[in-house]
Amino acid sequence: MDLTFNERETAFRQELRGWLAANPPDPEPEQGGEDAHYAWRRDWQRRLYEAGWAAPHWPAEYGGRDATLTESAIYFEEMGRARVPLPANILGLLLGGPTLMVWGSGAQKERYLAPILSAEEIWCQGFSEPDAGSDLASLKTRAVRDGDEWVVTGQKVWTSGAQYSKWCMLVARTDPDVPKHKGLTYFLMDMEQDAVQVRPLRQITGEAEFNELFIEQARIPEENVVGGVGNGWKVALTTLMNERAGLGFALQVRMRQLLDDTIAIAARRGLLDDPLYADALADLHMRCEQVRLLAWKGLTDVERYGQPGPEGSLVKWLWSETNQRLTQLAAEIVGPEALSAGTSWSYELLRARGNTIEGGTTEVLKNIVAERVLGLPRLKAA
Amino acid sequence: MDFGLSEDQREIQRTARELLSERARPERVREHAEARRFDEALWRELCELGWPGIAIDERYGGQGLGRVELSILCEELGRALAPVPLLASALASTMIEHGGSEEQRERLLPGLASGEALGTVGVARDGVAELVVAAPVAQLFVLIEDGSARVLGAEQTQVEPVDSIDSTRPAGRVRAPAGAGEALEGDVTGGVDRALVAIASELVGVCDRALEMTVAYVKERKQFGVPVGSYQAVSHRCAQMLLDTEKARCSAAFAAWAADADPERLGEAAAMAKAAASDAGVEVTASAIQAHGGIGFTWEADVHWLYKRAHIDAALFGGAKAQRARLAKLLAS
Repeated sequence: MDLTFNERETAFRQELRGWLAANPPDPEPEQGGEDAHYAWRRDWQRRLYEAGWAAPHWPAEYGGRDATLTESAIYFEEMGRARVPLPANILGLLLGGPTLMVWGSGAQKERYLAPILSAEEIWCQGFSEPDAGSDLASLKTRAVRDGDEWVVTGQKVWTSGAQYSKWCMLVARTDPDVPKHKGLTYFLMDMEQDAVQVRPLRQITGEAEFNELFIEQARIPEENVVGGVGNGWKVALTTLMNERAGLGFALQVRMRQLLDDTIAIAARRGLLDDPLYADALADLHMRCEQVRLLAWKGLTDVERYGQPGPEGSLVKWLWSETNQRLTQLAAEIVGPEALSAGTSWSYELLRARGNTIEGGTTEVLKNIVAERVLGLPRLKAA
Repeated sequence: MDFGLSEDQREIQRTARELLSERARPERVREHAEARRFDEALWRELCELGWPGIAIDERYGGQGLGRVELSILCEELGRALAPVPLLASALASTMIEHGGSEEQRERLLPGLASGEALGTVGVARDGVAELVVAAPVAQLFVLIEDGSARVLGAEQTQVEPVDSIDSTRPAGRVRAPAGAGEALEGDVTGGVDRALVAIASELVGVCDRALEMTVAYVKERKQFGVPVGSYQAVSHRCAQMLLDTEKARCSAAFAAWAADADPERLGEAAAMAKAAASDAGVEVTASAIQAHGGIGFTWEADVHWLYKRAHIDAALFGGAKAQRARLAKLLAS
């Protein structure tokens, strides 16, 4: 047992921390709405890219730094610590690129990886559908072959960044006559066609972080199939497995900062002397530490022993519940400001409700823990 | 960064688990619990193996291993609910090793390391410590009161046996007149922190066992034609038991590591470990009883021993709320 970082990891952290301090992003735009905000993040990614910091976890041959899992986690911790925005093309960097590296053809890697890194081409993820949320494999979007093209019709939901995207990682049903997991294919769909309509999905915070996609006979050339026709479920799993790695470290640092801010306000108002507030804050402090410890344990166990422990499914569950508790307690401590529209406190309070739903609901995570970690009998479902 | 145990540590864990699964079988634990006495034969065997002195420095007759190794043993003892006074005696030697003078260490630790002497620790108010584990059989007592500690021999204390809910280990009320015994004038806080980690580790073992028994039971037990563990109301309870256990486990592991490698963080880590393990101990074992249904409420099922042990350990040196109160003070400073 050694809960310290080695010299290489520490040097990596120091180098990045130094770079971030010397090269901060421009101030967050106050005007211009979401478009201006997105342009700001895109510009930020270009700067990261030019300095070689857009995706350190990518292999050097594709423009990354061959960072280890630990270094990649350090990267996200430091991005969180420096309070800088995530790169605009985060889905391409975290999900699309790594999926292509596993399943893509030589030509696909050649064509797509570089523009992901430079934010020249933004990627979005077309998995969920109105009737296929947790039960993703039941998705209905159809792709029918037409010569050397596929014609796609259906509806997707929760596609963040769709309005800015060039490419969509799209999973569609290519064979309705085989069991649901087997008839799926993974495509790269060009978003710049009239057959794809993007409609912003306004969420409870009032902003539209996500979209709905309406796809009416969109065309995808055969060469944009990833991993082979009928193999979409496996390719999609590769994407989903990358979803929880890395990013979680930025989110937990963000949670830690929110807790520190909350404790500071509580201290100023003398609430730390009130045993009820003190107990709740100490409990949140413990939970934040446990998220950090479990996340690092899960990651380093994979790195050192090749075996993930049960932590993987537990971290997201614990983080999401903790962030909700924290933002609720913060609302009580901060007072009216936290309940006024447009403040960062009220944003965090409302945004946190999505945490236990996005990227696997807590209910599904509990099923996964029960079935795959504890080996309990599988729930019988239709 | 590596959370894994070293090869030597894994060997200690493996040996301990094998030995205890053989020597502290459930029926044997029950036999001693019902008779309310220690398992003398097992205790002698553990002493011969050097377990009581595992974390005591070699200069004082111990094995000179770390707090991580002691935690491994405590976890296994908790898992087996071993009816032996090892935890109590290890708490006493911990207090003396860190809180005592060199002379006290040289005089008192060799006996505790070999098991010739049996120690225990009580937290006293006005000179009286309640529910002190192993008190009726101990020869050496460390009493902590208001942040200071003193060590006393049996002749300087009055011990009145008390039946605690956890009958796998005898307990007693210990009285000592003001001024009796010798003061421990060293790092009493460091001793208490390390003691908290050892207790937390035993609780992790108790949780682990409770979860293991529960999972086995709900896979077997059928109602309405299916295993009850296939119902989400039950399986999600089990998932929660795992989460609580892992929260306690990572907190205890961090604290045990900090005790050896990063003592500056020990205070915070120990409070966190004890708070997490106390809550998990009680919640997870309570859930075990619930998931066992009617059978879980009977004397015949073994889950109640776990619930009882968890309550006693959770209360030792202050429960979860007391630990969080201490953490909050650290956060405020």
